[in-house]
Amino acid sequence: MIVQFRLPDLGEGLTESELVQWKVAEGDEVGLDQIIAEVETAKAMVELPSPHAGIVERLYVPPGTTVNVGEPLIAFRISDGDEPDDAPQPNLVGYGAVPESDGRQARRPRRFAAAPAAAPAPAAAPDGAAAERVRATPPVRRLAEQLGVHLAEVHATGEHGLITRQDVELAAHPDSAAPVPAVAEGVERIPVTGVRRRTAEAMVASAFTAPHVTMFLTVDVTATMELLERLRTTAEFRDVKVTFLAAVAKALCLAAADHPEVNARWAGDEIHRSRAVHLGIAAATPRGLVVPVLRDAQASGLADLARRIADLAATARAGRTAPADLAGSTITISNVGVFGVDAGTPILNPGEAAILAVGQVAKRPWEWQGGIALRSVTTLSLSIDHRVLDGEQGSRFLATIGRLLADPASAFTR
Amino acid sequence: MSHTVAAPRAAGTPDPDPALRGAVRILTPDGERRDDAEYGGQVADVDDEALLALYDDMVVVRRIDTEATNLQRQGELALWPPLLGQEAAQIGSARALRTDDFAFTSYRENGVAYCRGVTPAELVPVWRGVTASGWDPYRVGMATPQVIIAAQTLHATGYALGLQHDGSDAVAIAYFGDGATSEGDASEALVFAATYTAPVVFFCQNNHWAISEPVSLQSGSSLAGRAAGFGVPSVTVDGNDVLAVLAVTRAALARARAGGGPSFIEAVTYRMGPHTTADDPTRYRDPAELEAWRRLDPIDRVAAHLTARGVLTDERRAAVTAHADEVAHAMRAACTALPDPDPMSLFEHVYATAHPELDRQKARYARYLDSFEDAR
Repeated sequence: MIVQFRLPDLGEGLTESELVQWKVAEGDEVGLDQIIAEVETAKAMVELPSPHAGIVERLYVPPGTTVNVGEPLIAFRISDGDEPDDAPQPNLVGYGAVPESDGRQARRPRRFAAAPAAAPAPAAAPDGAAAERVRATPPVRRLAEQLGVHLAEVHATGEHGLITRQDVELAAHPDSAAPVPAVAEGVERIPVTGVRRRTAEAMVASAFTAPHVTMFLTVDVTATMELLERLRTTAEFRDVKVTFLAAVAKALCLAAADHPEVNARWAGDEIHRSRAVHLGIAAATPRGLVVPVLRDAQASGLADLARRIADLAATARAGRTAPADLAGSTITISNVGVFGVDAGTPILNPGEAAILAVGQVAKRPWEWQGGIALRSVTTLSLSIDHRVLDGEQGSRFLATIGRLLADPASAFTR
Repeated sequence: MSHTVAAPRAAGTPDPDPALRGAVRILTPDGERRDDAEYGGQVADVDDEALLALYDDMVVVRRIDTEATNLQRQGELALWPPLLGQEAAQIGSARALRTDDFAFTSYRENGVAYCRGVTPAELVPVWRGVTASGWDPYRVGMATPQVIIAAQTLHATGYALGLQHDGSDAVAIAYFGDGATSEGDASEALVFAATYTAPVVFFCQNNHWAISEPVSLQSGSSLAGRAAGFGVPSVTVDGNDVLAVLAVTRAALARARAGGGPSFIEAVTYRMGPHTTADDPTRYRDPAELEAWRRLDPIDRVAAHLTARGVLTDERRAAVTAHADEVAHAMRAACTALPDPDPMSLFEHVYATAHPELDRQKARYARYLDSFEDAR
């Protein structure tokens, strides 16, 4: 006769194990307690001793497969003629209740001799499953009893046809179709989808894995503003709007050449330092925050940078950024200044070592040639991943950007 | 009996653990039987045939342990706590007991249970989850195993106080591990036993690992040394030497029977397997440590001794193996034939007398079961 051996619970309360290696092949003769396989559970690597003596009839899963407790692992042909072929298979640890002939748990509907006349119209049973059985945990059964709800008539929304607490509550108060948890009056429910969900996942992934350090530098950028003003009148910049953001991007690329360690990515056991600066530009769009990427930004002159940033932003706002252009940045700029704020503590684009937030450029009373003058001043905020960089490296990088923006002519000296 | 820090009792095989230094040892790891000035007389009567019987016990118990571990891997048992490596500590001490003595153990003392007369078929039902208790404690003089660490030290001390009141010369023995000595219950038990001169033996199997916590992290000094603080005399014994364990346990029992009060025995041994079948010791243990202790195997040294004496012939070795296989097969057959219990039997042994809250729960559970059409 053929006997099947299904995976038992090899630990305490495990639901699955990985079949690491078979020690036998189909057709092999095995003895009782001979090691037939290596199995790794969440707790331990264990050897499986054969539960039968006989011939290996079938191996159900290849090595590397994760097998749920109760699923077939191996079948044996055993010569024991004492047991009839229809002898009951043992119900081993972890299998749960003895299965009925249809292979489902022996769950049947609760018997109600006569439903009360006031019973609500039964909800549609999914695929007739409720006609076979009712599944609910004891607390939910108790709730149903308290609310006078008949479980057999409840529409189950849980896994494997399980009736949930909400299902019972809905059946008890069919008018209040609002799903729970309930919200106070005047509170709007907004499903979390799309960009919002991806942003949430990325920010949680970054904020709770990378130890963030943020440093600030307030700079007199009057010289840069004057330079931009002059450039706008030149032929090269006639058809492009050269912005302060473009100047910051240029300064960042120049500074990154001096401090290549910031243009890097945390990769577990290694740090991946990139020669090219693929500059992510955080852009607010109607659909949410996206970060399109300027590839090889270090190779672009200021006019080119300005043009590319403008194109990038327009494409992003139109929602037409290609997926390939939303990935692969090595360092990121977030221009919070356009919203009229001074500074922030930006969260790193996941994996990257640095992100720069640019504040608004405002006229401020500032020290100028030994006196006080109204100057164009901005605050730069740099967050770094402290796994990759230390405060010293971040500070030097930020100071270099600051010097370039304070005195753009110093770029000549490089 | 006193806690002595004697000169090392030299041995051919180096000891892997400082705890063994100064430990009482009669049978060396190489199988040489030596005298011991203080304890040798306790086992003068143990001749080759008697030692062969102890060997048979240890081999059978190890075979039971292997079979039960296999049964767990095959889904027939939910869990099993292997005793591999601790056979001498358990057999040597349990074989020192009289039938009217009473053992209070943790969950790993399946070797003690075997010696007390618990049948292998009675060992497995609890681990299969079909009963709350595998045997009648009063029939075998051994309480049902305690899972709460060190709680049984209090039970043993209380039982010993009862023996004292009865005027009996029987003795209670508490089996516990190295981790249990860090528990408050063990300290309380030692205080009460010392204060009342209770006839109780505290038998600590220092198997070096409290699950994944090494004994070195639990105590900077010897565990036996802790007893002195309670005014309880103690001795350290090579827990892998069945003769030495038998000798020191006999001495402690004799002391208790004579009204001398409690003793503390630290049997230095090693848990060669996992904490339970749900544990993977390779995740926290140096394999070299296991290898060093394998050379001190409690069964190998008896086999070496008896083989050298010409007692353990191939025939007798085969007979012992056959005996062990027979016990293991009988246990497997009994285990796989165990019926599932009636769910309502859960309520039967919670209280000795009727209890309204329990009755309410019982009625409620009966209604719940009744909501399944296939239930009875």
